[in-house]
Amino acid sequence: MIVVPANQPLLEVKNLRIEFPTRRGTLVAVNDVSLHIDPGEVLGVVGESGAGKSLTGAAIIGLLEPPGRIAEGQIMLEGRRIDDLPYEEMRRIRGRRIGAIFQDPLTSLNPLYTVSRQLVETIMTHLPLSEKEARARAIELLQEVGIPSAEERVDHYPHQFSGGMRQRVVIALALCAEPRLIIADEPTTALDVSIQAQIISLLKRLCKEHQTAVMLVTHDMGVIAEAADRVAVMYSGRIAEIGPVREVVLNAKHPYTHGLMGSIPHIGHDVDELTQIQGAMPRLTEIPAGCAFNPRCPKVFDRCYHDRPDLQPVEASEVACHLYDAEERRAAAGD
Amino acid sequence: MTDTAVTTTDARPADARTLVKVDDLARYFDVSPPLLNRLIERTGRAVVRAVDGVSFEIGRGETFSLVGESGCGKSTVARLIVGLYRPTDGSIVFDGVDMGQPGARSFRQGVQSRMQMIFQDPYASLNPRWRVTNIIAEPIHARRLLTDKAEVNRRVGELLTQVGLSPKDGEKYPHEFSGGQRQRISIARALAGEPEFLICDEPTSALDVSVQSQILNLMKELQRSFNLTYLFISHDLAVVYHVSTTVGVMYLGRLVEWAETKTLFNRPKHPYTRMLLDAIPDLEMTGRQRVPVAGEVPSPINPPSGCPFHPRCPHANARCAAERPVLRVFDDTHVACHAVEEGRLS
Repeated sequence: MIVVPANQPLLEVKNLRIEFPTRRGTLVAVNDVSLHIDPGEVLGVVGESGAGKSLTGAAIIGLLEPPGRIAEGQIMLEGRRIDDLPYEEMRRIRGRRIGAIFQDPLTSLNPLYTVSRQLVETIMTHLPLSEKEARARAIELLQEVGIPSAEERVDHYPHQFSGGMRQRVVIALALCAEPRLIIADEPTTALDVSIQAQIISLLKRLCKEHQTAVMLVTHDMGVIAEAADRVAVMYSGRIAEIGPVREVVLNAKHPYTHGLMGSIPHIGHDVDELTQIQGAMPRLTEIPAGCAFNPRCPKVFDRCYHDRPDLQPVEASEVACHLYDAEERRAAAGD
Repeated sequence: MTDTAVTTTDARPADARTLVKVDDLARYFDVSPPLLNRLIERTGRAVVRAVDGVSFEIGRGETFSLVGESGCGKSTVARLIVGLYRPTDGSIVFDGVDMGQPGARSFRQGVQSRMQMIFQDPYASLNPRWRVTNIIAEPIHARRLLTDKAEVNRRVGELLTQVGLSPKDGEKYPHEFSGGQRQRISIARALAGEPEFLICDEPTSALDVSVQSQILNLMKELQRSFNLTYLFISHDLAVVYHVSTTVGVMYLGRLVEWAETKTLFNRPKHPYTRMLLDAIPDLEMTGRQRVPVAGEVPSPINPPSGCPFHPRCPHANARCAAERPVLRVFDDTHVACHAVEEGRLS
């Protein structure tokens, strides 16, 4: 194996492109997405439905559903390329090195098996433990994720747990083999606010304790603001803006991020009307030329209609917007 | 609404300002296993008290919001008010008319046509086989508001324009629209019946934030133009803060606190309301630590004795476990809590 330099990111995605061949032509759902996550870091990925955030997560764990396929780009985990691995090899990485948490805890657990059976099976697949040891580890994991009287609860079926507890079981399942990376796709969307806070603080704690990296995919800016270290904002399959969480949330640069933040109602802010972004995200079949956000952008100008903006560094973030092109900035400074 | 209006609730004439008055409303559901199972397993009947003794008032032109976690009974209250469920107990008075009165059937129908409901899921609430024109025209036909076909079409076009769509969109089918546009169609359909009172059950929960703000702005604008009264059901406290005049907090089928929006958010009284407010994610990045609510909502089949919140409440004592608190008014806030009443919690 290649020696990994100490400062290398845990996960690196380079120019990822995901395509869906259809009868009416090829749809590009994710286009030229590059990102990296360091050990112990939480990268938030936000965007509206259809922005490509979940597909990016699915591509990383090798669970893209056909006909979706990775058309271009590379995915590197600890310096090793994983996107072109054969199915069996990827299956061993999944669960062992990359864990996954999905939105609906009811569908990610098998209703016919007890929690202990599901945990023990997963542990034994990945770790060289006997059944007895695996069971002990399962109980330990349930305690770690905060399930009371774990020795007893381990033999229960998923339906005997409440929503929040079920999501804890799913997290325990993802943690089984102490993965280096967890892909959490909308882990709190199906939960109530009060339970949401419990799950987020649990994820953050586990991430710090085990130095696990987390890719947190969600549409909820509140969850991002609270849990993420860095944020990538996706729009129409591309990253519109990526940067430290404080920069993105408090000092949004891309007009889309700006609109998105303004459209969230705040408690204590008395506004009669919320900022609204006109229209809706274009369908994959109708992505306009140039910047995909141009039909909805309040600051649109000529170049946006024919040149696609690339990510460029602006202060601490990177932004894909022509407003920050060198000429534009010079013009703004001249005013 | 001004601050003084809240304190004088009892002094003003009963029907002048209040459009809906709900008094001690209750709805129980029988969730017992079949008789044979009950005999074999020697278990009794099981009853869910989905709504248990809820009272509140909604003023004309106001937005009353109900918040609470899933399963607290907020949607059941909405369905009781529109008449989709019959109450087990208590009364609903709409514009001075008791809807539960026996023999008032024809009258009830007249009253019910003055309310309309908007549902959460715009994918499930529109018939996929109907053209949008027919979907929106249905309440017009049902209430025989217009009979002439050309006039109905003109009215549908007008409604589509009011909700920000084009009259030409009437020819399309629901699947041709995005989630936000479908919710606009649902709103147009609700408005077609010319209601005074709209019951909105999580109208924006299924939508993306940028679309949510469009729908919330539209709803506010329509409220101003048509002097509509809303009952707004949501679990999102920030949305509730933005839209409501008055907010009620529900827990396990009971209303634990209701007050004018500002009062409730600035000076929450009930420990549950305080917990809910503390659990909101911090978008301002002030570094405020979100305090997660301990524990989970107990099952409504066997709710805790006394105050339903006492097992999770940091201020609970023996009285809370034994005696059920009733709603009382403390500085403009209706709150059901022994700790507030005894002054242990201010």
